[in-house]
Amino acid sequence: MKNKIDAISTDALRKLAFSLKDKTDPAVLALGAEKIGRFLNHVGSSAHRGDAQTVRWQDRVIEEEIPVGSTVLDLGCGEGDLLARLMDMKQVRGQGVELDPEAVLQCVAKGVPVLQLDLNRDLQGAFKDNCFDYVVLEETLQTLVRPDLTLELMLQVGRRGIVTFPNFGNWRVRLDLGMRGRMPQTDWLPFSWYNTPNIHLFTLQDFMDWADEAGVHVVDGYVLIEGEVRKMELSDNLYADEALVILERKQG
Amino acid sequence: MARKKREVDSPTSDASVGWVEAETVELFTAENPLTLKTGETLGPVMVEYEAYGKLNAAKDNAVLVLHALSGDAHAAGWDKKIADTGRHWRADRPGWWDAMIGPGKPIDTNRFYVICSNFLGSCYGTTGPSSVNPQTGKPYACDFPVVMISDWVRVQAELMDHLGIDKLYAVVGGSLGGQQAIEWALAYPERVKKAIVLAAAPRLSAQGLAFNAVGRHSIMKDPQFQHGDYYDQKEGPDAGLATARMLAHITYLSEEAMDEKFGRRLQDKEKPDFHLGQEFQIESYLEYQGRTFVERFDANSYLYITRAMDYYDAAADWGGGNLDQACKRVKADVMVVSFSTDWLYPPDECEAFARALTRNGSPVTYVDVPSAYGHDAFLIQVDEVGHLLRHFLTARGRA
Repeated sequence: MKNKIDAISTDALRKLAFSLKDKTDPAVLALGAEKIGRFLNHVGSSAHRGDAQTVRWQDRVIEEEIPVGSTVLDLGCGEGDLLARLMDMKQVRGQGVELDPEAVLQCVAKGVPVLQLDLNRDLQGAFKDNCFDYVVLEETLQTLVRPDLTLELMLQVGRRGIVTFPNFGNWRVRLDLGMRGRMPQTDWLPFSWYNTPNIHLFTLQDFMDWADEAGVHVVDGYVLIEGEVRKMELSDNLYADEALVILERKQG
Repeated sequence: MARKKREVDSPTSDASVGWVEAETVELFTAENPLTLKTGETLGPVMVEYEAYGKLNAAKDNAVLVLHALSGDAHAAGWDKKIADTGRHWRADRPGWWDAMIGPGKPIDTNRFYVICSNFLGSCYGTTGPSSVNPQTGKPYACDFPVVMISDWVRVQAELMDHLGIDKLYAVVGGSLGGQQAIEWALAYPERVKKAIVLAAAPRLSAQGLAFNAVGRHSIMKDPQFQHGDYYDQKEGPDAGLATARMLAHITYLSEEAMDEKFGRRLQDKEKPDFHLGQEFQIESYLEYQGRTFVERFDANSYLYITRAMDYYDAAADWGGGNLDQACKRVKADVMVVSFSTDWLYPPDECEAFARALTRNGSPVTYVDVPSAYGHDAFLIQVDEVGHLLRHFLTARGRA
């Protein structure tokens, strides 16, 4: 599967490179990169986390997935919107973890139990093993110091993990890097390399490789492609803008 | 970080509980005394308390507010009986938590029946060292038995029985009041729905013990202390008590707050006079705090209360030294709030309590409020604390 994805991506990049090669003027080339950047911005904005008006696609999938009466831990729960809805609609017993003091106050305002802890520092030993049905980690994995340790902890304290992340294997990101020769900057990646909180950049395929090596079973997956959500497929490493995967420890 | 001095609500304001009057009740008698944690008995036990709002028919809207070291039952409103009690320092200010308690305030008296009682060993109407020992006809002084926080809470539970309140909607307190809230959740898990613990941990650190030790030392080494039998003297150990209060005030402020508030500024002058008297503003401030405290507090009470604070160790009392084990008892929804610059009950120690509760498997809220005000922040940062109290009190309970 890995080889297949790489073959597709290399092929796509080669085509795009050829199509741009005709425009020999460096200024034109730069313009092309700018256009791509703008397009990326546009795509990214629809799925941006801070958009309070619309429920993010990931949240909708999670709300579908989690059964009534579950216990749910949301790591990096932000202002607690997801947990508040799950508590209302699914009568879940929710627990949030969030570091930002302002966001923590918002959680309390929504009646969401929240622990003001640092995911990088404070999680070890914070929860009993297997005390949650689901542990959610949305759009946070790439910001952690040791994503692998956090993922392992999720599956230690919870029966299932739900992880969402942007896919850096997306062809536009590859193109941005390939053509501009610079790290991509978009709405959901608005930072420069020196001030970005995204310190671990990985692709959907990278993640699947980790799951394989760590003995983690990917129960299910969803991707956002061109604004549409669908079940994850093998070729999605090249096309997915964002991904949501549901994880379980492998039995035995 | 400069903050405007908060305006207080007058007795006639819609936001004030208005003029209030304390009640006193005899909860234990000489014949039916209170058995203390040490095994000693004490009776009679009188308790002074205030209550605001109305207890509903289901008796499920009671909130017990727990005061700190130098606090009293007068938590809100304006004392009607100053002339009778001689507590003249209350004339120009409302109760100590008036910013939090009242109609429409975070602890909303339109919704809740709010009770605050003076704890055992204090000097504001509840039996303490300055009360008359029925066996001698004289004040107990240092014959008063050592009391613990668990004894205070035991007496409060008795008060709830007296008021016909089986289960409290919430217990809430800061500092030593927060430790009483912890004790309530541990000792009476079935009687507490929500517990709010502000600027308090399950025990005091060695540094905290040290501060208390120096405070007591300064009182007990004052020549006027007379082994505690100073009640019929012209003067008590005022200098010692004032020094204890000055030291305590240092622990209530953060380095940052002290720098901001006073810096190295001189008191009422531009240049130093090069003498050993008062020069700096901070000296003058501490001296004032010490002097005014002496007017309203009993030195023996200070000794007994700081001792109770020292002895408190929730993990030892309820979990054989293991805090996780102790926390298994808790059934209430708990919110723990620390303040980033508090060095009496530092955030780490408050967080450790929240973590132990979390390992108990129940939903917990832990907030570390960014603050420059140190330990006193729980009284000063009324906006943040008000927000947390209001919402935690109104939030739906555990699913």
